Amino acid sequence: MARIAAHIAVILTAAALPGGAAVALEEAAPIGDAERGAELFTDCVGCHQVGPEAENRIGPHLNDIFGRRAGAIEGFPYSEGLARMGADGLTWTLETLDAYIENPRALVSRTRMAYPGMESAGDRADLLAYLRQFSASPANIPEAEPTAIVREVDLPPEVLEIAGDPAYGEYLSAECTTCHRRDGASDGIPSITNWPEEDFVVAMHAYRQEIRPHPVMQMMAKRLSDDEIAALAAYFARID
Amino acid sequence: MTLDRRAFIGTTAAAAATLAAPMVRAQGRPRVVVVGGGCGGATAARYIAKDSEGAIDVTLIEPTRTYYTCFFSNLYIGGFQEMDDLGHGYGTLAADYGINVVHDWVTAVDRDAKSVTLASGGALPYDRLVVSPGIDFVEGSVPGWSVADQDAMPHAYKGGTQAELLKAQVMAMPEGGRYAMVAPPNPYRCPPGPYERVSMVAHALSQVNPTAKILIVDPKAKFSKQALFEEGWQKHYSGMIERIGPDFGGDKVEVDPAAMTVSIDGMVEKVDACNVIPAQKAGRIAHQAGLTEGNWAPVEPDSMRSKKDPNVWVLGDATSQGDMPKSGFSANSQAKVAAMAIRGELTGSAVFPARYSNTCWSLIATEDGVKVGASYEPTEEKIASVSSFISDTGEDAALRRQTYEESLGWYSGITSDMFG
Ligand SMILES: Cc1cc2nc3c(=O)[nH]c(=O)nc-3n(C[C@H](O)[C@H](O)[C@H](O)COP(=O)(O)OP(=O)(O)OC[C@H]3O[C@@H](n4cnc5c(N)ncnc54)[C@H](O)[C@@H]3O)c2cc1C
Repeated sequence: MARIAAHIAVILTAAALPGGAAVALEEAAPIGDAERGAELFTDCVGCHQVGPEAENRIGPHLNDIFGRRAGAIEGFPYSEGLARMGADGLTWTLETLDAYIENPRALVSRTRMAYPGMESAGDRADLLAYLRQFSASPANIPEAEPTAIVREVDLPPEVLEIAGDPAYGEYLSAECTTCHRRDGASDGIPSITNWPEEDFVVAMHAYRQEIRPHPVMQMMAKRLSDDEIAALAAYFARID
Repeated sequence: MTLDRRAFIGTTAAAAATLAAPMVRAQGRPRVVVVGGGCGGATAARYIAKDSEGAIDVTLIEPTRTYYTCFFSNLYIGGFQEMDDLGHGYGTLAADYGINVVHDWVTAVDRDAKSVTLASGGALPYDRLVVSPGIDFVEGSVPGWSVADQDAMPHAYKGGTQAELLKAQVMAMPEGGRYAMVAPPNPYRCPPGPYERVSMVAHALSQVNPTAKILIVDPKAKFSKQALFEEGWQKHYSGMIERIGPDFGGDKVEVDPAAMTVSIDGMVEKVDACNVIPAQKAGRIAHQAGLTEGNWAPVEPDSMRSKKDPNVWVLGDATSQGDMPKSGFSANSQAKVAAMAIRGELTGSAVFPARYSNTCWSLIATEDGVKVGASYEPTEEKIASVSSFISDTGEDAALRRQTYEESLGWYSGITSDMFG
């Protein structure tokens, strides 16, 4: 439970802050140790290639991943979940890649990436420092968004540990079922039934914090309290 | 699960006994009569029946056996939907939820006697009444047009045959011919509806009659999603659509259905198809029941209860409630709040603070979908918008396609939320 996606990254970009110089300096700091990252990447090569000869394998190649729209390589058979997040506007940045590598399913529901997640923030930083070298644009502008420093805001463990009340969740679910079908059919709008509760909770918090991009979901999530999110997670996890 | 819920809704021992045999028509069960089986009425009936698990006797009165949704009727005109797929029956509500579905018209409501009269002659008593009759048109709002002219100049603003008629008339236009729409004044059902309709007519014409022209005569200076529609029209149907707003006489319109002319501030234009969407008011029965003030039925913002009668709830397009647009999504959202409040009164189940929401998708061209939405909360005086969003102009094709696909998902979601 504690391992689950507790970090939701919130980024500090040059654009988001007034008075550029100090910020740029801060953000020019290295991401991590790229050499160590190269070693860590051996975990990934079963599915992904990166570098001059890289091709799509089980997973897409990772050249120019920074700044690329999720699900954007023509012809690659992405999962429905990843393609949807891409269409919603998810772009791979240091922030989003970090969240994805930490726990793929928390950022992208039903992703096909069968990787359990990399727990250590240091390892992730090193891996991303390595991958960053294969993204040309905007490689020469260290303060540009893809290399901005990540600031992680932990989702407090208490929030993940709230035991949701499924009965209350059933009441609240009436707001969801105008769009999401209770029987789990998905037809343009994803199914939200029978998810692991943590995934549901993390996903809703990611919308609430605007890390996930969808405007309807951001609006819905923002009016839900922590208890209400837990209640919905509990209800939809148990639905027949 | 059932145990959880019993504890949760706090049903009494007596009600719990009824739960054991939910389909038995026990004497003394409280009776809810729902007038109108559309977005508001069907949803309310289903949620009251579903959540009370047989403790409340629910009767739904609706004249048609198949409800054709107005939503997506524009997509039918554009060739993106089949009319058959827009029709929904009441069989599941009757069979799976134990709702008494009566196909009849309510001709009168006697609020003192707490009973409704049916066109077939019978009367039905109620403890609580839900009225969700949709809209009727304000006679005389478009000079020259009355409901008797709806075959020559369709409104296509109620479900089913009217949309088929309008589509047939669009498809029969002579090459290079002209389609006119008389747009309604605020407030009316589905604020983006007329403009989505124009988009879909333009799409259909661009396939079969690309030199045809579309004229919108509009009494309103501004309209819903205007920047998005205008951008889309420019992009997909450049040169085809012209709109005359009130600054050029769009508010001084008169039609002649026999001559097929539209006169705008005295200037007479010959047209080949004409869609007249008149000014609107609450469905007739709401007026007959004395539930209206002016054109609409005022309701309490925190429950949708009629301000005229504590035993009556009014839902959907017929109401005046504040900031929510008249949409199927809104009616569905309001119905759930009403269902909770009614169950609370009749069975003592928990009543939580009302929350409402709405999202309206519109299709501009093939896979070019946009949306607008908001969430709402009751205040003392109205249902007030608390946050909102709208698609941006200049969005890329992937996002627009996704938005369109999402609208298909919403259609499937809301219709199963209404009809089970
Ligand atoms: C072209 C168009 C496009 C639209 N697109 C959308 C959209 O994309 N999204 C959206 O959310 N909304 C959309 N809408 C709006 C939506 O259809 C309405 O807001 C919604 O139907 C309102 O629900 P309601 O319950 O108030 O009325 P209705 O759904 O109209 O239901 C009223 C029912 O009451 C019945 N009735 C009336 N009088 C009586 C009586 N005396 N006795 C018994 N029964 C009676 C009628 O037969 C009818 O079935 C659109 C509307 C139009 C016209």
